[in-house]
Amino acid sequence: MRRAILAWSLAAWAGAVQAAGMGADDARHLLERTGFDAPPAEVARFAQLTREQGVDLILAGTHREARTPLPPEALEWTDPRTLRGMTPEQRKAFQQELRRRALQLKGWWLGEMVATDSPLTERMTLFWHNHFTSSMQKVRSPALMARQNALLRRDALGNFGALLHAVAKDPAMLVYLDGARNRKGHPNENFAREVMELFTLGEGNYSESDVREAARAYTGWSIDPADGSYRWRPFMHDRGVKAVLGQTGDFDGDQVLDILLAQPSTASFVTAKLWREFVSPRPDERELGRIASDFRASGYEIRVALRELLLSDAFWAPANRDTLVKSPVDLVVGTVRRYGIRYDDPRPLVFALHQLGQDLFAPPDVRGWPGGDDWITTQTLLARKQFLARVFRGEQARMMSPMAMAANVLAPEYQLK
Amino acid sequence: MKRREFLAASVAALAVPRLALAQSAYRRLLVLVEMKGGNDGLNTVVPYADSAYYALRPRIGIARDTVLQLDARTGLHPALEPLMPLWRAGELALVQGVGYPQPNLSHFRSIEIWDTASASDQYLSRGWLARAFDSDPAPAGFAADGVAVGGHDMGPLAGGRRAIALNDPGQFQRQARLVRAEGRSANPALEHILRVEAEIAQAASRLSADVPFATEFPQSPFGNAVRTAAELAANRGGVAAVRLTLDGFDTHENQPARQQRLLGELAEGLAALKRALLEIRRWDETLVMTYAEFGRRPQENASQGTDHGTANAHFVAGGRVRGGLYGAAPDFGALEGGNLRHAVDFRSLYATALGRWWGLDASRALGGRFPTLELLRA
Repeated sequence: MRRAILAWSLAAWAGAVQAAGMGADDARHLLERTGFDAPPAEVARFAQLTREQGVDLILAGTHREARTPLPPEALEWTDPRTLRGMTPEQRKAFQQELRRRALQLKGWWLGEMVATDSPLTERMTLFWHNHFTSSMQKVRSPALMARQNALLRRDALGNFGALLHAVAKDPAMLVYLDGARNRKGHPNENFAREVMELFTLGEGNYSESDVREAARAYTGWSIDPADGSYRWRPFMHDRGVKAVLGQTGDFDGDQVLDILLAQPSTASFVTAKLWREFVSPRPDERELGRIASDFRASGYEIRVALRELLLSDAFWAPANRDTLVKSPVDLVVGTVRRYGIRYDDPRPLVFALHQLGQDLFAPPDVRGWPGGDDWITTQTLLARKQFLARVFRGEQARMMSPMAMAANVLAPEYQLK
Repeated sequence: MKRREFLAASVAALAVPRLALAQSAYRRLLVLVEMKGGNDGLNTVVPYADSAYYALRPRIGIARDTVLQLDARTGLHPALEPLMPLWRAGELALVQGVGYPQPNLSHFRSIEIWDTASASDQYLSRGWLARAFDSDPAPAGFAADGVAVGGHDMGPLAGGRRAIALNDPGQFQRQARLVRAEGRSANPALEHILRVEAEIAQAASRLSADVPFATEFPQSPFGNAVRTAAELAANRGGVAAVRLTLDGFDTHENQPARQQRLLGELAEGLAALKRALLEIRRWDETLVMTYAEFGRRPQENASQGTDHGTANAHFVAGGRVRGGLYGAAPDFGALEGGNLRHAVDFRSLYATALGRWWGLDASRALGGRFPTLELLRA
């Protein structure tokens, strides 16, 4: 019976689709904006669906884990205390090993983006990597960066509040924004400021005093050197009263994050960023307000905001098509997927991303890659042309020797003191 | 002389100097060095005789017996030793207390204020040098009016019509063969791309690349950037301004080791720049100025670092610089919210570069008059 109903409803669905398919242009637009490319077979399939069906099909296909297995050693943690006993030669070898693993991790993510059956999952993971930025250059641990990447993917289309709470205590973030060094009596304001300016409220929606007070609330969050996991250190936490955004109490860090989430500006700030990623360079204020308010009312379900953005008139408006410059990841992964380019060694592609201005796991600073027209400078435009010319001459595997690449991509990283 | 002839002659007399001014003005080169992340000026130009300084920085203060003493109160971080020959030659000016009213402590907002030369509550989209080149364009034969070397943005050159980014002029020219500069578009993204193509084509057609220098440049990314700056200075096509970036100054933790390395790179790089420019006889025609989004908090934090602050110390160097100390030494008795009050508006440095170095009307680009500093020799 159940199977019969299912079969019947599928047939009815297919019938409806025939009547009101979105057509090839819309299908290509939807696939390019939510993925890395628009292969002809997919365009043909989506052309038959309505816009709503197409969006829902893409959203239903996302997953919480990568399909490509991580290299076995990628998550291995080295207790920093063991470094102290090392000879200079051992240290050098250790640093080289870290560089190798960092490069391997970059290649792994690139490979996942090329192989995935849910490009949107990777687009959103990358979106959060560029929102909740951390960089290998400071974190210096491929293992912590790999763990953070898994966290971002797990909640990429989940709940923004849950993601914020999780990423705030994520060890890579605790290193990147010095949260692990923030102690009672000696606050380090780095995380407290950036979480308000770049992760939630946006600049201008908090005061310097809010930064200082909030920094006290985040004290006590730390990392266990034995395994690199998050650890609560109550004796380092400032239990005193703090005043943040008009509220007063003996807040801990999670309570302050909840205060930030309760502010309407958090919903509009994050929604505007999603808009610029998926819809157009300049959000329409009224539409943005509507979607942000629904996003907030849903308790920050990312799927709610994304679905409304993808089904908004603005998303489909002819004036907003072809207005977003492809990111280097879009260009490289899209080209490899679209033309079925085979490669044994991902490193030339990783190096190409670096040259085009988007070195994975190493955004330029805590604001991330600015994107949009900023992807195109005289320098990066030339690099794009050269990349494409080489790919189509079949030269991508010879772009540069692995040694030269490693020196170029990784020189500033892992300079252990 | 008939009245009409006289009028024509005076119009010509008025018009020619304006053009000639721009032609000759930009024969002088401006090199800006961004100390990205916000260098800690207090551990750079150290008030080593001030006990309040050591009280605020018990762990990371630069010890009195290690500073490079400039006078009885002020010294340089020891990593800046390579700059001491410039100081002794009277070619290095140190400007203390550079900032602006109502300081913003966000990296991104504050560097935007510096890049656009705006007031704290004013939002401008184009860089201050881009605006200067609007009012007083560089000669048509120049390869570019400004070049950003390294870095991830165009900074003070943002929005400029003839501003380019490159890391290596030779590579730039080779790659530029792929460019076909033609066409326009109503699509803003595509129009941007086409405009960048046109900039590449123009610059590539005029750049002369691969200048051999006897000078040895430091083996570091900043050393490479300095080499590029020197190559641009030697370039026949002409370039009015070059922006270099040295990144990593956001020293919330472990500042002593990190700043030591960065200031060493900076000093060795600038010393190499001087040697290279002397080789091509352009040191007297070059003004080097540092900038950053902000200085750092006088009170050290618990991570052997410093948090975001306000007023800062900056370097001005060149063959025509009148060396010495400018601005005001830090006053730890008059902090505001734990941060220094500024003594010199950063736009005064810009006005000095535009007005005194290039001889332009600085108020046109800066949207107001700012007092200039007497740090150039005639």
